[in-house]
Amino acid sequence: MASPRIIVVGGGLAGLAAVIKIAEAGGSVDLFSIVPVKRSHSVCAQGGINAAKDLKGEGDSTDKHFDDTIYGGDFLANQTPVKAMCEAAPGIIDLLDRMGVPFNRTPEGLLDFRRFGGTLYQRTAFAGATTGQQLLYALDEQVRRHEAEGKVKKYEGWEFLSAVLDSKGVARGITALDLRTMELRSFPADAIILATGGIGAIFGKSTNSVVCTGSAQSAIFQQGAWYANGEFIQVHPTAIPGEDKLRLMSESARGEGGRVWVPRKPGDSRPAKQIPEAERFYFLEEWYPKYGNLVPRDIATRAIHRVVYQEGLGIDGQPMVYLDLTHIDRATLDRKLGGILEIYEKFVGVDPHVEPMKIFPGMHYTMGGIWVDFNQMTNIPGIFAAGECEYQYHGANRLGANSLVSCIFGGFHAGPNALNYAKNLPAPEGDGGHAAELARQAEINTRLIKNEGGENPFKLWRELGQIMTEHVTVIRFNKGLQKADEKIVSLIERYKRINLSDKSQWANTSFAFARQLKNMLEISRVVTLGALQRDESRGAHYKPDFPDRNDEKFLKTTKASYSGDVVGPRFEFEEVDTQYIKPRPRRYDVAK
Amino acid sequence: MANKTVQLEIKRQATPDAPAVWEKFDLEWRPGMNVTSALMEIAANPVTADGHSTTPVTYDSNCLEEICGSCAMRINGKARMACSALVENIEQPIRIEPLSKFPLVRDLQVDRSVLFENLKAVKAWVPIDGTYDLGAGPRLFPQDQEVNYPLSNCISCTCCMEVCPQFNEETGFVGAATIAQVRLFNNHPTGKVLKEERLRALAGDGGVQECGYAQNCVEVCPKQLPLTNAISDVSREVLLQKAKDFLRG
Repeated sequence: MASPRIIVVGGGLAGLAAVIKIAEAGGSVDLFSIVPVKRSHSVCAQGGINAAKDLKGEGDSTDKHFDDTIYGGDFLANQTPVKAMCEAAPGIIDLLDRMGVPFNRTPEGLLDFRRFGGTLYQRTAFAGATTGQQLLYALDEQVRRHEAEGKVKKYEGWEFLSAVLDSKGVARGITALDLRTMELRSFPADAIILATGGIGAIFGKSTNSVVCTGSAQSAIFQQGAWYANGEFIQVHPTAIPGEDKLRLMSESARGEGGRVWVPRKPGDSRPAKQIPEAERFYFLEEWYPKYGNLVPRDIATRAIHRVVYQEGLGIDGQPMVYLDLTHIDRATLDRKLGGILEIYEKFVGVDPHVEPMKIFPGMHYTMGGIWVDFNQMTNIPGIFAAGECEYQYHGANRLGANSLVSCIFGGFHAGPNALNYAKNLPAPEGDGGHAAELARQAEINTRLIKNEGGENPFKLWRELGQIMTEHVTVIRFNKGLQKADEKIVSLIERYKRINLSDKSQWANTSFAFARQLKNMLEISRVVTLGALQRDESRGAHYKPDFPDRNDEKFLKTTKASYSGDVVGPRFEFEEVDTQYIKPRPRRYDVAK
Repeated sequence: MANKTVQLEIKRQATPDAPAVWEKFDLEWRPGMNVTSALMEIAANPVTADGHSTTPVTYDSNCLEEICGSCAMRINGKARMACSALVENIEQPIRIEPLSKFPLVRDLQVDRSVLFENLKAVKAWVPIDGTYDLGAGPRLFPQDQEVNYPLSNCISCTCCMEVCPQFNEETGFVGAATIAQVRLFNNHPTGKVLKEERLRALAGDGGVQECGYAQNCVEVCPKQLPLTNAISDVSREVLLQKAKDFLRG
């Protein structure tokens, strides 16, 4: 039998990690990506990657990393895969180092580590403040090497539309759209790995990149894949508000000693530097003396909301607080945080070495995602998932610098598992469902191009982003969630009347966007209704009407499946694997 | 006080063979507006300044924070990233055109895959034995990291190639970005095992000797890569390699 053909969709860290493992094991890979893979969203990760290498003499261990991750995720993550990830992390760092990632170094020539949120140990390796970029480049280079050797074929500028399923519901390939020629094609494969990132675009503005629409996840959800813990959305405490997006200001700024504060006096109009120390409210340090500015993100985000909206202490009455690095010397800042300070200076026009930055929380990370088993396979045979698009490593809240390690670990698992699966796959009956799926996609495309009506997809998207940000982010009320779902349903209805101003068949970006939008709307319902039915507060999911964690009822994975009906997705609960660490109350005002 | 209206002039071209036309747009000014948010605004309301319906503009963009390298274009004649082009700092009307040295796809979108092909040709990677666990990597002092990291910051935006007088079909010059990556990998303790192959790849036509030292590249680079230093270092190494290869016969 010829060597199995694997399709990997998405060329960020998880996708590239999977590609490398498959190529190394002798498989052939077709790699699909909307953008050239080197431009994937992983480049935006800034602060670092966690691994308990204990190079600082603190007595850190992979067990402590495991406990911090489970505790930080409020016990919602299945413990077996998280434990495996934390144990593999030091080896992953070594590998990245061997690939040439320019990690910061100690004077002795060893890897340097810094502290991040939700831990008391210096466990985060970093390359300046552009760690994601440097990691992605290292994997991109290895993939280019395999490509030059003919083991990998890239389809850059192609967008995944759907999986091809045979009569038994087994994956046999994908359909994809060439974003330049607008050609629709199907591609055969023995297994598929989705590594398509987060779903930030459903919130309109987020820290995510333009391609992070969740369209691929939603497409396979609508084809029968389960979507797990959709309601868990991370809002990062420190982002730079912007016109087109919210730009991340890395947690590493606090890891290196940055302090968050507001003036104690409401509406204090003095410039930051003129406000004396005693008149500054370092609220994270006061409220959480043990962890201080490095509490987990959900905690910091809610604290910022509280000082701004309940205590009315936002800078100049605006929804903003200070993130202050001005007490740290310039050389240290440039060596360890140069990349992010440059972003602030370029986009805000103020030098953060001199002036405290003004920041506010922004939607950042998708903890939930496609349901996978411990082998990274979805409930659709032959479709695997890895990276942010799946749900399994972060529970109810992700710790900073755990995303990069989960992406690479997930990809490293998904690749070989997909290859093993594919080796034992019997040949399909007939054409494996390709003709039927192509016809279904062609019909959707024709309908969209010919559609007549008065709706503009970009305007519908803005409305979606506004309602999602208002009701489905930091603070959630059931009434608001219901309102958001009603709005989404009305947007789905209006979507039927989209009229594309561009009906051409060449590099038609509004056409591609309109296809994504339908999928964004469907996945928005999963997020919103998942939040509605979870009447508790856990990690990033916070309902003032149900302020406590309720393990009895909700220490459960939410599993959504597509109904195709206007009532929305069907939900069921699944037991969480808690075999190693017994759930205990989660608090950060004292050491745990 | 800035204008309450932002005036844009955008060069449009529906296909590589279609004639180019300029379209004008008047947009409402908002604080913090950049060129990418202006292009998004046009997508939501594709109407020209004189009231004609048009199509959303095709352009590349992704991260919107100048790290993915997608949105390079010419803005008022200067090659730069559209996301970090803040409207309030740019003279109006803002004239936006695609990069001129690469095959046009549509409107502001061009095909820059030549750079990725060049990176393949010079083997811009560290040839590790495999991804299995082989323990820690080589020790590297902070001083070496501080040389390598800036070179590793190249976002492949191709601005340096766009502004280079020598980067054209006649010379086949690989351009500064690729040469800087050769410098980077030749400087890595494991990467340098391919040093000779990389230098030979830059020794012939289109190689490093095509550089005319105009220094445009280093001026335009949004990530301030030390491009001209990298080019002179690599030039010297290429000459040495040529001499060595000649003596070896």
